[in-house]
Amino acid sequence: MADTATIPAPAQGATGSEVDLDAISREMLEVIADMHGDTPGAVNIRKNGCLACRTNSEHVTITSKTDNPGIDIHVDAGCKNEHVHIPVVVTEEGVHDVVYNDFFIGAGADVYIVAGCGIHNGGDKDAEHDGIHRFFLEPGSHVVYVEKHYGEGEGTGARILNPTTEVHLGEGSSMEMEMVQIKGVSSTIRKTTGTLEADAKLVITEKLMTHGEQHATSDLDFEMVGDGATVRVISRSVARGNSVQVFHPNVTGAAACRGHVQCDSIIMDNARVTSIPAIDAKSTEAQLVHEAAIGKIAGEAITKLMTLGLTEEEAEEQILEDFLS
Amino acid sequence: MLELKNVSYTVKAGKDSYDDRDHDIIRDLSLTVEPGKLIVITGPNGGGKSTLSKLIMGIEEPTAGTISFEGTDITHMPIDERARLGIGYGFQQPARFTGMKVSKLIRIASGEKHMSSAACNKYLSAVGLCSANYLDRDVDKSLSGGELKRIEIATILARNPKLAIFDEPEAGIDLWSFDKLTATFEELHKGQPDHTILIISHQERIMQMADEIIVIKDGQVARRGSRDEIYPTLMFSKNQDPACGFTRAAEAVTY
Repeated sequence: MADTATIPAPAQGATGSEVDLDAISREMLEVIADMHGDTPGAVNIRKNGCLACRTNSEHVTITSKTDNPGIDIHVDAGCKNEHVHIPVVVTEEGVHDVVYNDFFIGAGADVYIVAGCGIHNGGDKDAEHDGIHRFFLEPGSHVVYVEKHYGEGEGTGARILNPTTEVHLGEGSSMEMEMVQIKGVSSTIRKTTGTLEADAKLVITEKLMTHGEQHATSDLDFEMVGDGATVRVISRSVARGNSVQVFHPNVTGAAACRGHVQCDSIIMDNARVTSIPAIDAKSTEAQLVHEAAIGKIAGEAITKLMTLGLTEEEAEEQILEDFLS
Repeated sequence: MLELKNVSYTVKAGKDSYDDRDHDIIRDLSLTVEPGKLIVITGPNGGGKSTLSKLIMGIEEPTAGTISFEGTDITHMPIDERARLGIGYGFQQPARFTGMKVSKLIRIASGEKHMSSAACNKYLSAVGLCSANYLDRDVDKSLSGGELKRIEIATILARNPKLAIFDEPEAGIDLWSFDKLTATFEELHKGQPDHTILIISHQERIMQMADEIIVIKDGQVARRGSRDEIYPTLMFSKNQDPACGFTRAAEAVTY
């Protein structure tokens, strides 16, 4: 925690090529990773497929993989309140960046991890980042994981983000995942899977906004294999314009466990939203619930805000902002 | 401050209608409200009370007649413009907002984006809600009907409009909170002599606070007068009261 990374200060102990961070990259880092100036803890910034900046901290060690592009992040057992930032920016057209990041969280560790990817595509060729993240939580560890995806740029080239996230929660460990697609991502196929041992606890919140001609698909699949495990999936999305969203969350219970899947979508304009929540019980002791709702913005909510002096447009924006907050 | 002239509201057959006839919800109604009054609107269910209040806020538009507020014609003015002129409205069944904090709704209502939590607290405690617990709650289905209703009233207190309309504020509120609520209405009334409060209610404690009572029946003003004139006729001689025609007819059938 004593170490800080200053953007774009020369990386301490950096390996691989070093890339200067331009204004666009720095702006995107603020949006996707809330990084401005000094960032506490361990930091690894990847830009256009190369390492741009790396800092280790006392209890967090980041090393480059030797077989695949990507990094291993080791968090020491028992450490508390550690911070890890590993954002990715893509600022060139025609880049197809695939990266494998593995997180090894030691027993009893408590860590806050911020990932996320911003694509600025000013050209007419596609830019794509596919992050494959795996988390291995030792017993009793606790992880808060925040991942934000964002696209921008005036070009016609698509901004594609296809994240795959795999979590393994050991006995008594817990994880809170917040995965957000802010805007500007042309196409995304998200796959999130996980297994939970006894007394492990997972809360995953997915928030997505699509507009224009964008497509988003999200498959989530979690299996609880130990008694006392709990999974809660909260999915909120807003589909505008001609965009299309497909959700397919599945929670399997193979023990005395509890699972809850909740999908809420606001649909606008000519968008389409398909929501297919599933629950799968392999034990008589599994308690599983799912609920899904799709609808337009409630007229009564708009009316209420208008009686408080907001115009219809302001009211609508306010409601969407809170829905995805 | 508020003047309705020959206002009618007719629901055309086929639109929100259960048969093929037109329905006159409000019929050629004229009404003037002076500033500084606490007025209770009462009358039988289906008589047009809520519709009348919605016409004043702009949630519905009259099919005939005019409405003016402090000399400005607001007959066809959008809701938000009326709100900015100083009209406020507490809904009988308040809306819920997924993801919006109670504190944020209060701040939007007050127009002060950076209102302190302590200031937000003041409005919540005025409606009997312990704010420490409520400021960070979401205004969604996790709140009970009574909690939501009190937050709704708190938004009107925070907004502090020149003309505050409350549609059945007591509905869904427990007895203890109701005591607090009546005290709050009394304070609100006494504290700001130029502000007007219109309350739709059937509750005798609320009617006892009124300067005036207006009885709305069949889309018209059936009677209007001071509390002392109207209140006794409503409470103690139902069978002679023209506003209670339904009760009388039902009794005639039963006995």
